[in-house]
Amino acid sequence: MIWLNIVIQGALVGGFYALFACGLSLMFGVLKVINLAHGDMAVVAGYVAVFLSPRLHIPGLWSFLVVVPIFALLGYVVQRTLIQKSIDRDPFTTLLVTFGLSVVIENLLLEMYSANGQSINIGSLIGESWHPASIIYISYVSLAVLAAAVLVLLALQLFLSKSGIGRLIRAVADDQEAAQLSGANYRHVFGIAAAIAFATVALAGIAYGMMTQFAPTSGGVNLLFAFEVVVIGGIGSLWGTLVGGIALGIAQQFGAHINLSYQILAGNVLFLAVLAVRPQGLFGRRSSLA
Amino acid sequence: MSTEPLFVAPRARVKVRRSTHSPLFTIIGALVLVCLLTVAPWIVPAQFATTLTNFFILVIMATMWNLLAGYAGMVSIGQQAFVGLGAYATLYLAIKGMNPFVAIPFAALVCAALAVPITYLLFRLRGGYFSIATWVVSDTALLIIGTIAVLGGGTGRTMPGLQNLSPAETAHFSYLATWFVALIVVTGTYVLLRSRTGLVLASIRDNEVAARSAGVNVRAARRSIFVIAAAGCGAAGAVLAISQPFIQPSNEFNLQWAAEMLFVSMIGGLGTIEGPIIGSIIFFVLQQSLQQQGAWYLIIVGALAVAIALWQPRGLWGAFRDRFHTELLPVGHWVEPGESGL
Amino acid sequence: MTAALLEVESLTVHHGQLCAIDDVSFTQHQGEVLAVIGANGAGKSTLLRTIAGLHRPTSGCVRLDGKDINDLSVSRRVALGISLVPEGRRLFSSMTLEENLQVGAYHANPGPFNIQRIYELFDWMPNRRKQSVWQLSGGEQQAVAIGRALVANPRVLLLDELSLGLAPIIIEKIYALVPEILAQGVSILIVEQDVSQGVSAADRVHCLLEGRTSMTGTPAELTSEEIDRAYFGAGLDAPAVTSGVVE
Repeated sequence: MIWLNIVIQGALVGGFYALFACGLSLMFGVLKVINLAHGDMAVVAGYVAVFLSPRLHIPGLWSFLVVVPIFALLGYVVQRTLIQKSIDRDPFTTLLVTFGLSVVIENLLLEMYSANGQSINIGSLIGESWHPASIIYISYVSLAVLAAAVLVLLALQLFLSKSGIGRLIRAVADDQEAAQLSGANYRHVFGIAAAIAFATVALAGIAYGMMTQFAPTSGGVNLLFAFEVVVIGGIGSLWGTLVGGIALGIAQQFGAHINLSYQILAGNVLFLAVLAVRPQGLFGRRSSLA
Repeated sequence: MSTEPLFVAPRARVKVRRSTHSPLFTIIGALVLVCLLTVAPWIVPAQFATTLTNFFILVIMATMWNLLAGYAGMVSIGQQAFVGLGAYATLYLAIKGMNPFVAIPFAALVCAALAVPITYLLFRLRGGYFSIATWVVSDTALLIIGTIAVLGGGTGRTMPGLQNLSPAETAHFSYLATWFVALIVVTGTYVLLRSRTGLVLASIRDNEVAARSAGVNVRAARRSIFVIAAAGCGAAGAVLAISQPFIQPSNEFNLQWAAEMLFVSMIGGLGTIEGPIIGSIIFFVLQQSLQQQGAWYLIIVGALAVAIALWQPRGLWGAFRDRFHTELLPVGHWVEPGESGL
Repeated sequence: MTAALLEVESLTVHHGQLCAIDDVSFTQHQGEVLAVIGANGAGKSTLLRTIAGLHRPTSGCVRLDGKDINDLSVSRRVALGISLVPEGRRLFSSMTLEENLQVGAYHANPGPFNIQRIYELFDWMPNRRKQSVWQLSGGEQQAVAIGRALVANPRVLLLDELSLGLAPIIIEKIYALVPEILAQGVSILIVEQDVSQGVSAADRVHCLLEGRTSMTGTPAELTSEEIDRAYFGAGLDAPAVTSGVVE
């Protein structure tokens, strides 16, 4: 029963991790950019939700309807300006710029909001859970987040495989020059991919804010998890991201079970183990590492 | 087929040379500076010595980061792993009875030794994934050290072996130790980059495939640089532990070190020796003047680093160097077109 | 004389400090097949890539229909009718045959070619449309690459090293398509290392040696000896040997 609970809790948090990670995976797959500010974007989304909800008289639960489109637009703009400029220089610069942005964002948030935790008020929903068996409690919020993650990944998969723009995105990810030669305006395609990535990370940030408290520095640790998910699941595979998320979640729950302070460590160990034994991840392609 | 030469375009004669002016100027200037800095603790107020200590720690870390990123092309945001490991190695040796100052080189060696197996993991990744993986390594080291009770666990403990010194003496000696380590690290890096290894590194940085086909063992070169950078950061961690003798994981393994190393190198200029030093000066000036405003100095430094990365990627020193064609510590080569013109 | 479609004038292109193309000029006319031949490293691919917009020239210009296109992006040039089939095919490896064509069709100009037409041109394709392209043979991949470029309805099709890595019989089959493509009003610029194929398919031949024009002319006017000399550069001290009509 204890093991079942570990697996279930791990899967629940894994859904969140996957939602968080798919933006990172998309940005890297298409733009070949590692956005080190990815985690902080989620936190910013959380703060924006906290800021806007009372002013627009929206209950916290529905704040994502406003925040996600804002972030999609933000993603497009940021990509066409800052990120494109760094890509035009070299991959080096994108790392340095996104890292710099990450530090700036975190410290700006610290100045504006202090280090205290915040969360998105969803009323009594936060405490409610389903209690199917003795020690197993499945919180409704976590279940909703897992469902959202699966839905988003499904929608993204469909979009990428069936739509014209989705095909363009995949083409640019495969071979940017060849896509250009086929008439694609790659900067615009990059913008769309970034918009999707920012939208998903905003959703993840709001989900995070509902499940737990966030603070200006929460972005860092979540970036770490998102990255571990992408590597474990496999670079370039959306379903790999889901599996990776669940694997990380379960590993962490297992670590926590042994000793609460081993939770993050257990995840790191899984990551390092995958890196040692199968660096392309569970579902990844060998070539996509370099 | 005739044996006449094919299209032979007139070959331009080129000259290849090092610095732009007599090195005597640099050497004398350097000697004067070295003497001044060595006697500094006795001629400046005490808190200035502490500031200088922190300054030199940053110079050490930035120089090592610059070696990794600017020369070997590896962007690490996990060097704080070795800062922390160096600090804790020093702590461990001090607990075992060694004088902390004596422990500094040993701490550096420990970090170098630990770096070797780490490269076998890390080098499986490239680019941004390599970078985040360095951070995972650092995070893991932090977590592991945090579980070791004798080293203070998560809460930390003080460094033994310094109790018999007065606070003023501790400040003076830790300053001297830091200054000498910085001197060794910067001089060593300069010598390294002027050597054949420096040329090898520049060739890898400029065009890895070409370097490989010219016979360069790229992987081995990268590995040795990573190990050297680990040792340097380990030494920085050691002197950090001595100068701020309450050791705790959240301080020694702080991601902020990575941010500082990175910003400072970017602002000063990647790929130059002077860059990290100049960047550190700017950083400290900003930090001292904005001290009252909390985290604002870091925001400004970060924004400055981002702006420089986008618009002036060679950094402030790089721009100065390009404009005025001077170098204080030349490590590159100038190729000048000869008489027949290109 | 038919209208000048594509003009390259005094084009000089550098890769960093290396001069890849040095003062090359030629004109391609509507309905013409122009072959640019030369040894490895002669600058042929760089030439095509510059025309397509992937490289910026150091000096000189490229004109389409008399208009200077130097400042136009790659996608703009595709919209104006320049399609490059790149060296090495460069298909989208994670996608199927049909998806590759669909990407090409997304920004297509109006014209005679669409996916259905491509399926008629290559009758083996409809059966394999759902296959991943990495499962196709070299010759089949080359066909898909050509199809992907054609489906955009270009006015001039640039073919970069079609025969590289392919068996002679496959090369012949691909070159057999040239007349059909021409019949639809598409002009073709072929770059080849394989001299015999390039010359036999062409209306005019332009030879590059170390980035410079070493010879131009029609296949009828040029002896194989002259072609050899221009190709390899042996026995040449003057920059160019021209015979036949020079534009």
